[in-house]
Amino acid sequence: MALRIGSGSAWWGDRLEPARTNAEEGDLDYLCFETMAEATISAAQVRKRRDPSFPGYDTYLDDRMQRVLPGCLRRGTKIISNQGWINPEGAAERIVHWLRECGAPKGTKVAAVSGSLITDRVLELTGTLMEDGRPSAALDGSIVSAEAYMGAEPIVQALREGARIVVTGRVADPSIFMAPMMHEFGWDALDHARLGPGSGIGHVLECGAQVTGGYFCDPGFKDVPDPWDLAFPIAEVESDGSAVITKVRNSGGAVTLRTLKEQLFYEVHDPGHYITPDVVVDFTTTELEEVGPDRVRVSRIAGKPRTPTLKVSIACQEGFIGEDMFFYAGPGALRRAELAKRILEERFRIVGLRAEEIRIDFVGLNAIHGGAIAARAAPAEPYEIAVRVAARTATREEALKVGREVDGMAVSGVGMTGKRVPHQDRTREVIGVWSSLVPREALRPVVTMYES
Amino acid sequence: MRLMLQHVAHVRSGDKGNTSNVTVIAYEPDLYPYLKDQLTAERFKAFYAGLVTGPVTRYAVDPLGVLNFVAEGALGGGVSRSLCLDNYGKALSAAVLGFEIEVPDSLANLLRNHSPGPTRLEAAP
Repeated sequence: MALRIGSGSAWWGDRLEPARTNAEEGDLDYLCFETMAEATISAAQVRKRRDPSFPGYDTYLDDRMQRVLPGCLRRGTKIISNQGWINPEGAAERIVHWLRECGAPKGTKVAAVSGSLITDRVLELTGTLMEDGRPSAALDGSIVSAEAYMGAEPIVQALREGARIVVTGRVADPSIFMAPMMHEFGWDALDHARLGPGSGIGHVLECGAQVTGGYFCDPGFKDVPDPWDLAFPIAEVESDGSAVITKVRNSGGAVTLRTLKEQLFYEVHDPGHYITPDVVVDFTTTELEEVGPDRVRVSRIAGKPRTPTLKVSIACQEGFIGEDMFFYAGPGALRRAELAKRILEERFRIVGLRAEEIRIDFVGLNAIHGGAIAARAAPAEPYEIAVRVAARTATREEALKVGREVDGMAVSGVGMTGKRVPHQDRTREVIGVWSSLVPREALRPVVTMYES
Repeated sequence: MRLMLQHVAHVRSGDKGNTSNVTVIAYEPDLYPYLKDQLTAERFKAFYAGLVTGPVTRYAVDPLGVLNFVAEGALGGGVSRSLCLDNYGKALSAAVLGFEIEVPDSLANLLRNHSPGPTRLEAAP
């Protein structure tokens, strides 16, 4: 019997309803949620400092659990989720609350997996930064938070201890999806021949709809049926780590060789050497076969022994960004935008804006790929242009100057300038993320069990 | 014939720190050799001049018809530091759809969304 693992989310802001659909109609053994980006932990730390009432877990925890728990309880689907962020224990307690609300049997177990946060000892544990080779001690004084990427093992331990739901802090994304395979098939943590394909399937699932036709459609070139109704993926995994990737019937989207190829290499550098905490995955031997409508068989992903170290993300305060925009339209939009740019450059000099970098874009012309590529494509002058201004500065006071000078464009600028009312927050903090490595043994994952 | 890469391959980009990977995937196996031959790491870097500031490494996965370009210094210092509106570089891969590539006329039936007839690429007026 194949093990049925479905995706419930690919990031914090992901859509909620497809998770319910997978819980209700996916006939799943496991439903897995991935809700973190690189900066999620540090953003949560910053927010917690400002607002002590912030519980520190996924702000959509309630919305997600309310939608999926009834279906999961009916089917007996277990849940693995990294919605714990900086407070997995708090998230587990909250899930217990929702289990009671949903009438779950008394004694239903929820496990919290923590231990990834190593802020207070990161400088003792790490040597150099992977980005530029500096000693990590160079970050001393600016560190907001540091966390190591845990693998699947503590989740497997929680499952072995009877957990129906496991909620974690930072865990590598593929590990969330592979833990059920290790538990159900009895794979050993050092069995890289099985963990390679398992982790590879985890990688295919971790970005949710990106493998079912999301982040994919291009009209006329790569059309996708009913893209407003994209389903999240389901993997039917065999004990050798091969799997059929599919989705629930009567849903939008598509699972094809092409959606699979795009997702296989998403965020992958060397395809022969994709490092996860559990195993090093080799995608170069992958075989893909369409075995039915919206059914693609993925096999022969390979694995190599895991590394002796785990990756650490170190988040640091690195200043501020000030940002705002205003608009031109109609014949001559570009010439007015160009004068506006010149005026702003002069005014930034006049007010002495101290910035590490200043950028003034014309949205619709050069904001995304820059001027050089856009000029080569020789586009006609756009009918509308947004002038978008951003500067990175050391202090919030300097960053505020961007919005203040854009304010000035309302009556002291160019004719026919469109402006927003300046009520939105036009500055934000920059939390830079650096990477380093720690010895695997330095991490002590903690599994805490709760019961409904 | 000479035409835009979008008729030959599809693309996706992903981010890690200040590095973007752009995957270029041939629509058909028979188109892949032309892709592999012409879209070298050097040409990729030249095409993205001004956007990609660091080295570009190309990994080829021949059985799947995939080229994976790893472009360092492509994300304005990294997702959180970047001043670019598209700070994750999600739209970064789309630029290379405009890369010009030469394929034999005999393979015209394999091209994606490409109408037959003269196909000279000219800059718009």
